[in-house]
Formats: sequence, structure tokens, C-alpha cells
Amino acid sequence: MMCIVPRMSIGHALLGLLEGGPRHGYDLKRAYDERFGQDRPLHYGQVYSTLSRLLKNGLVTEAGVEAGDGPERKRYAITDAGVTDVERWLSTPEKPEPYLQNTLYAKVVLALLSGRSAAEVLDTQRSAHLNTMRELTRRKTDGDLADQLICDFALFHLEADLRWLELTAARVDQLAVEVMR
Amino acid sequence: MTLLRAEGLVKSFGKTHALDGAGISIREGEVVAVMGPSGSGKSTLLHCIAGILPPDSGTVHYRDRDLTAMSDSERSELRRTEFGFVFQFGQLVPELTCLENVALPLRLSGMKRKDAERAATDWLARLEVDGVADQRPGETSGGQGQRVAVARALVTGPKVIFADEPTGALDSLNGERVMHLLTTAARETGAAVVLVTHEPRVAAYSDREVVVRDGRSRDVEFAR
Repeated sequence: MMCIVPRMSIGHALLGLLEGGPRHGYDLKRAYDERFGQDRPLHYGQVYSTLSRLLKNGLVTEAGVEAGDGPERKRYAITDAGVTDVERWLSTPEKPEPYLQNTLYAKVVLALLSGRSAAEVLDTQRSAHLNTMRELTRRKTDGDLADQLICDFALFHLEADLRWLELTAARVDQLAVEVMR
Repeated sequence: MTLLRAEGLVKSFGKTHALDGAGISIREGEVVAVMGPSGSGKSTLLHCIAGILPPDSGTVHYRDRDLTAMSDSERSELRRTEFGFVFQFGQLVPELTCLENVALPLRLSGMKRKDAERAATDWLARLEVDGVADQRPGETSGGQGQRVAVARALVTGPKVIFADEPTGALDSLNGERVMHLLTTAARETGAAVVLVTHEPRVAAYSDREVVVRDGRSRDVEFAR
């Protein structure tokens, strides 16, 4: 399955989960996967390397060891600095990054410069975008509310790309004149 | 199997060339999105293949019948029995209740009131708007009204539903609901859907797309 959900800060997500109370690593992984994992669950390595970084930065602290049959399980608790960090993360907007346009723009310009069909580049891309959107729509239809919201996020972003594609397609002739100048 | 096939459609309104050699092919039961910018000719294409507008030249075949060679009354008979229509708005009769609106196409075909209303009630329930059966269209929300319109388009068991910007006047959530219910019902009954839209998220409910630009269409299936 495709993954268009933007990569998110695992550290902040784990901190946010720890605000509900101390947990051990395995427990955190499960909670993360359930809420945010969707297509790609965390590896244990990621969980423990992230936790050790948070520990080093004083954002979490060790909160005892859970006794059991298996290996010892350290519990982690969020610190005041950790809570402040989560608050800062939540109140800072994500950088609105134009990510795909640069590549697509380059393709269109290069197609025009080399005498290839820019309209075809755009048509091919539209078709690929729509296919991904169809898959997301199907997944949304079969999914629960969390799936729907995550798919909708991706769908709106893909739609934005497509709007740009349509606008560019409508201006290809004009662009050709400028590129060839 | 191909249900509908149009070739070389040309249609002008005065000096405006709306269609300039457009073609399209629709198979049984498939959902096809007709996309393109405003003024590209996509609505004109829909009107021509649905037998609403006669093209200046070109042919439209529904199964083995040539729509362009039919008389007006033959074409309107075909539209009534084989096709269903959903438009952006203004398609329901304001003086009739929603139930009467949905029953109307069946009544026009000579069905008894009781039978027509029973079928209409079933379709209103399938579109999850049985609650507004006794209200007039003006008393319903935009989303409810469109679902009533979808019920009316499906009640006769059409082979093709023509939908021209069916969610154009709705917000995202209501639009998605209408698209979900429309495509689900069409797939259950085996009806094909020709969906004119400029919204990619609406087009994402289709099986494939045909792009219209400057009165010409790009239909991958058609080329085969």
C-alpha cells in the first residue's frame, strides 16, 4: 500500500503518548502503531533509539523496571521539559513545503525544450495521481474514521497537485513560447 | 461489452466550437469520469451521448442503435427507459414531495401509483433519505436533495446514469456521501455511470477517466 502520509516526528509522537502515563517501550510501540502506524509500524530499534535520545535530552526519565518472566522492561515517563517540548511542537506550524511541483515543473520544461510532448507528461502524471486517489478512496470507503481522515489528508494533497497540473496543462503553449525564447 | 460509443462528434453553438471530433466509449457497468477544464466541452459531450443534444456531425451508438438517426420521440423514449440523469441542481419538481418526485418517472411509464410509490420508498431508503419522503425539495438540505435526485435517476433501473457535476453545489462531506451512495447503488444494479466533473476527488470514485480539452477527448479505451 502506498504511503502518502507525511513522515512525522516519532519523538514527539512518543512524548505525546507518554503524557497519558508512563509506559515501557513495547507498550509505546503498540500504542503508536495502533494510532499512527497504518501502513508502517515502528521497528523496535526505532522506538529504543528514539527513547534513548529523549532520555539524553531530558525529555523523558526512567520510571522503574517492570518485573516479569521475560527480559526486564524499563518504564519511561515524560518530564516537564518533555511536556513543554510537546506543547511547542503542537503550537508550531509545519512548513508548507511544495515538494512535487519542482520535479514536475522540471519535467514539463525539459519536455518542451527537447521537443517532446509536455501535455503527455502531464496526462501521464494525472493518470497516476488519479489511480492513487482511487486506491485511497477505496481504502477510505472500507475503513474506520481514522482511515478516512488519513486518506482524506492525502487525497486533498493529491488534488492540489492535480489542480496545478490542470492549470499547467492549460498554459503549456504559453510556457513553450517562454521556454524557447 | 460496449454499451455506448460516440465517434467524431462535432457540435457548435454559433461561432463557438464546443466539440471538435470528440469520441468516447462506455462499457456496461463501468464508472467513467469525464474531466476537463471549464469550457472544454465535457458537458456538451455528455448531452450529445445522452441524446439530449443532436451533434452537428459524428455518431452515437447505444448498443446497436444509432441515436443520431432516431426521431426526437424515439430518443426521448430511450432516455426515459434506459438512461438516468443527475444534474448539479434544479432537477426535482418543487411542487411535488420527494417521494412523488422519485415515483414520477415510473408514473410517466404508466405504473400504478401504489407500485410506483413502493419502489420510490425503497430507493429513498437505499439513499438514506427516507426521512424526507413527505417533504418538498425546497424543505430539504442540498445533500438530501441530491440523494433524492439520485434515487429518482435509479428508480427505473437504467443501464446508464449520466451525472453532470452531481456534487458541484455540495460541501466536501455531503459530496462524498452522494458519490459513495451513487457509485455503490450503480455497481449493485449494474448501471454504468458517466460522471462529468472537474473535481479530482469526485473523479476518484470512477474506474477510469476520459479527459476533454478544446472539444477533443482523450479516451484510452476508445483507442483500442
